Amino acid sequence: MLRRRVIPCLDVADGRVVKGTRFVDLVDEGDPPELAERYAAEGADELVFLDIAAAPERRGTLLDIVERTARRAFIPLTAGGGVRSVDEMRAVLRAGADKVSLNTAAVADPTLVTACAARFGRQAVVVAIDARRRPGPEPSWELVVKGGREPTGRDAVAWAEEAVRLGAGELLVTSIDRDGTGTGFDTALLRAITDRVRVPVIASGGAAGPADLVAAIRDGGADAVLAASIFHRRVHAIADVKAAMAAAGLPVRLVPAAVA
Amino acid sequence: MSRRIRIAVVDYGAGNLVSIDEALRSVGAEVTVVTDAAALRDADALVVPGVGAAAPAMARIEAQGLTGPIRTWLGSDRPFLGICLGLQLLLERSDEDDASTLGVLRGHTVRLADAPTLPHIGWNQVERTREHDLFTGIEDRADFYFVHSYAGAPAATDAAVVLAHTEHGGRFVSAVARGPMLGIQFHPERSGTDGLRLLANFVTIARAA
Repeated sequence: MLRRRVIPCLDVADGRVVKGTRFVDLVDEGDPPELAERYAAEGADELVFLDIAAAPERRGTLLDIVERTARRAFIPLTAGGGVRSVDEMRAVLRAGADKVSLNTAAVADPTLVTACAARFGRQAVVVAIDARRRPGPEPSWELVVKGGREPTGRDAVAWAEEAVRLGAGELLVTSIDRDGTGTGFDTALLRAITDRVRVPVIASGGAAGPADLVAAIRDGGADAVLAASIFHRRVHAIADVKAAMAAAGLPVRLVPAAVA
Repeated sequence: MSRRIRIAVVDYGAGNLVSIDEALRSVGAEVTVVTDAAALRDADALVVPGVGAAAPAMARIEAQGLTGPIRTWLGSDRPFLGICLGLQLLLERSDEDDASTLGVLRGHTVRLADAPTLPHIGWNQVERTREHDLFTGIEDRADFYFVHSYAGAPAATDAAVVLAHTEHGGRFVSAVARGPMLGIQFHPERSGTDGLRLLANFVTIARAA
């Protein structure tokens, strides 16, 4: 049976792992490959690197981090942040990533999703969707881009469906309202999307503890859960999160202690 | 001490080769990433990795002049490991884009039936149908990492090659073996300790061949 995945997320800026609240107020959290190796040993099912600085002149930094990590941690790696072309995606894959996440560039040019899926297969294309809850009695979410700074006026759930039609093999759905706040995942957002797409959905934004990750899967229908701060700061160990998931009846990959 | 096994990893222009290169090195192999037939000459074993669709992969392998040499390799019972797309290419055709593939095994590559999510991405259990040296030291139903929407389905006449199944909605073939020709649908280079153990077993099989 397919396991539900626990994915530590490493936001990278200028070669270091950072974490902020709602994409600002960044705090240094460590060396990316070192943290990646630690997470692999602790039972992470996969890793996500997001280059949140993403200035084109510093792209080499991400490639270097991806390659050093791929040579140390033998678990799957998704990388993204500022990837805007098939050639850039190819460079990230060749550096050692298994999947590449597209965000702002995919919204600006949806044909990019189709071109990347045609070239590398849809299983390599993750579309990252940042969503902000709209005020009002009916639940609805606006698609935001550029690291949560720029509203688009578009419906995030409709974009999720379109992204899958275009060729996305997986969606990484982040609630901008919850990101870094530790107030739990936006399970209504997740459910709105998982009810409408068949590709796996990775839940992101708001994890405070094991119960939140369980809720994202059970109530939100997510296939995988992503978290950053709670792992970087050792608030919760991956093993504890997985134990809670297993106790809730979710299928998880339990890793024996002390393996790399 | 036994000599180091030389493994040629076929690079046909797509995807991540860093992981398989590093994983094979970490289990003691000498690895050469090859893009043409000349580079196959000195190899003891051949690894064809890869993800994605069959048609563009076959087109690139053909353009690099590797179709014939790979067929010859497979025909001469030399150690071979096809990973993911590398397994699917062993069959006759892929339903994904109706590509004609190597045809070393009878049967087609088919879309996963009754899958609750597609692509099938993540760790899943590999259930063996028979014992094989490739899985020495690995528990039955151990978890390996998958990322695919299609899987090779050997014809009934070639059913004896099946080594393992995996379930995602329906059941599909996740490992095959015929002599030293091995194919696995999952990614050992991304499957932690058990993945490295499997690759070490492949090196042992290649050494004995």
